[in-house]
Amino acid sequence: MTSDLYSWGRYPKHAQTATPCSWRSELQGVLTSLRDTYEETLPYGNGRSYGDSCLATSDQVIQTRLMDRFIKADWQTGRIIVEAGVTLAQILDIAIPNGWFLPVTPGTQFVTVGGAIANDVHGKNHHRRGTFGNHVTRFGLLRSDKGALVCSSYENPKLYSATIGGLGLTGIITWGEINLISINSSAIDSTKVRFSNLKEFFLLAEELDHQHEYSVAWIDCLAKGSDVGRGVFIVGDHAPYGELTLTKKSKLNVPFAPFISPITPHTLKCFNNMYWHAQPAERTRKNVHYEPFFYPLDGILNWNRIYGSKGFQQFQCVIPDTHAEATVHELLSAIAKAGQGSFLAVLKRCGEMPSPGLLSFPMPGTSLALDFSQHAGLESGLFRRLDIIVAESGGRLYPAKDAHMSGEHFRSFYPAWEKVEALRDPALKSRFWKRVTS
Amino acid sequence: MKRILIIGATSAIAAACARLWAKDGAEFFLVGRNTEKLEQVSNDLKVHGATAVSSYRLDATDIAAHSVMMKNCLTTLKQIDIALIAHGTLPDQKACENDVNLALQELSNNAISVIALLTLLGNQFEIQRHGSLAVISSVAGDRGRPSNYLYGTAKAAVSTFCEGLRARLFKVGVSVTTIKPGFVQTPMTKGLNLPPLLIAQPEKVALSIVKAVQNKTNTLYTPTFWALIMLIIKHLPNFIFKRINL
Repeated sequence: MTSDLYSWGRYPKHAQTATPCSWRSELQGVLTSLRDTYEETLPYGNGRSYGDSCLATSDQVIQTRLMDRFIKADWQTGRIIVEAGVTLAQILDIAIPNGWFLPVTPGTQFVTVGGAIANDVHGKNHHRRGTFGNHVTRFGLLRSDKGALVCSSYENPKLYSATIGGLGLTGIITWGEINLISINSSAIDSTKVRFSNLKEFFLLAEELDHQHEYSVAWIDCLAKGSDVGRGVFIVGDHAPYGELTLTKKSKLNVPFAPFISPITPHTLKCFNNMYWHAQPAERTRKNVHYEPFFYPLDGILNWNRIYGSKGFQQFQCVIPDTHAEATVHELLSAIAKAGQGSFLAVLKRCGEMPSPGLLSFPMPGTSLALDFSQHAGLESGLFRRLDIIVAESGGRLYPAKDAHMSGEHFRSFYPAWEKVEALRDPALKSRFWKRVTS
Repeated sequence: MKRILIIGATSAIAAACARLWAKDGAEFFLVGRNTEKLEQVSNDLKVHGATAVSSYRLDATDIAAHSVMMKNCLTTLKQIDIALIAHGTLPDQKACENDVNLALQELSNNAISVIALLTLLGNQFEIQRHGSLAVISSVAGDRGRPSNYLYGTAKAAVSTFCEGLRARLFKVGVSVTTIKPGFVQTPMTKGLNLPPLLIAQPEKVALSIVKAVQNKTNTLYTPTFWALIMLIIKHLPNFIFKRINL
């Protein structure tokens, strides 16, 4: 209520003043009053966007997290309707005991449904089920100029595709209808194996991805020479037998951002090295709880504070299949040479399924994501080199994670941006949008 | 299956308690001022596992309407296992100092209406010889502080009334729990300049309330550290207390 809001990366540091809204019926009033006072505002869910896509140009946001009621659930068909502030964690709490699971989930369950639609998030099963937007059949949208609308592929279809991945600019998402997938057990039947270089990663992905619902790889972003791209390949499926129980583990918390971050190139290198060697060299199969499988970092609340008061940036790109291996090699070599990067580096093959969203990030190819402590020179040095490599390969960067990409790059990565701009609610604008479109 | 009456059911703390009770399949009679909001809370509770949910529109300051509401509630639920009184407003202290009618209106919102409801409910529970009454008071009722003593007065009245009622109903096996929350992040406290470290989420507060009702606790400070804070504030001698601006 009084504490200022930031984005997940805590960079750039523009404190947002929140006007919370708990009721759909009061949203119109809040939107109108903020527009009349500040001209522009922006919906803000649970603050899991990394960069400046969730920061308003006016630094005045409408916080939708408390608008978190379930509207309807049909446990015969797995179709649920929820308000936009409901988090994926809240959905799992109710859906799992009834034998249902999220069709697509990103690496944290603490995003809201509104945020998941607005960023068209994807997860470890992108190669099978596409993005979150592929499973949202309808949603409610409130606009300052048109009032409350229902959007689907046949009602307001243009706004439907502009809003999926539309970064919260086309109106405030008020509710969403989601088709869940059925499960027999809440456990994940998972197989892990380490690999020693990038070539092995692509061979494993080729062999295993089509056999499993979930697939992802952790990579050691500091490994050099013949070790470039070494990591751990992890696949999984919902276990066919077992209980439908929630993972209820107590969570650790990072209570404040340390003045000096414990994450340095040296500590990181030691850690990555130890971690890689600790992983199985042979394929090892094990039933694991869904929470550590999907959301390993959710076990530490506010883990973003570990990067210290300067914050961090995540770099996430996708490289089209034709150039993937050579380009990812080039990116990883540049990162290792710079001695930067973090423990959390993830490689994932994306699939063919197109999203209905105009600004959806994934494309058939390979996605690489990793965090960097914020420091002066990050953007003008390493990020500039990486951006050029990505652009030359025909790939693109992920707006939900971004705090740095140039307007020129954004407009060439996402040629449909002008369609979204044409459908943008004039009362909504983010710092990201202002940065990349002007 | 518990049969639960909630007055002020659209309040954030009440709705969070109701979600927890819904998980165990409770049946609800929800009372509030706004029909649309009541319906939204009621849909949410159904998805969370409630066996049945009825809602009833009532402005708690309309004392004459209380008995009809009670009749409706008993026709629907047959008996009340838990009654939670959670309605209230947060008065603007400065405005109340300059407007007697507003001050009296706020007293009616936060004290008179609660006492009226507790009178009816007390008699019903006495007949039932069974059940738990839970009333949301506030830490503000423990001492009259210059920043919000009108609210404090109302809550002090509620806490004292509950204390007497508890002693009366104890003899027939009915519990009365006085709940004293500190700062909770709800629409009621929106826009207040509160210290972030002391702000609790309604979900956490709800967990402790549900547990306190289950355990028939007399008085609950939630989060619990408020018991210590209020212990200190209550024991500040007046020659100091009147000089500081709490």
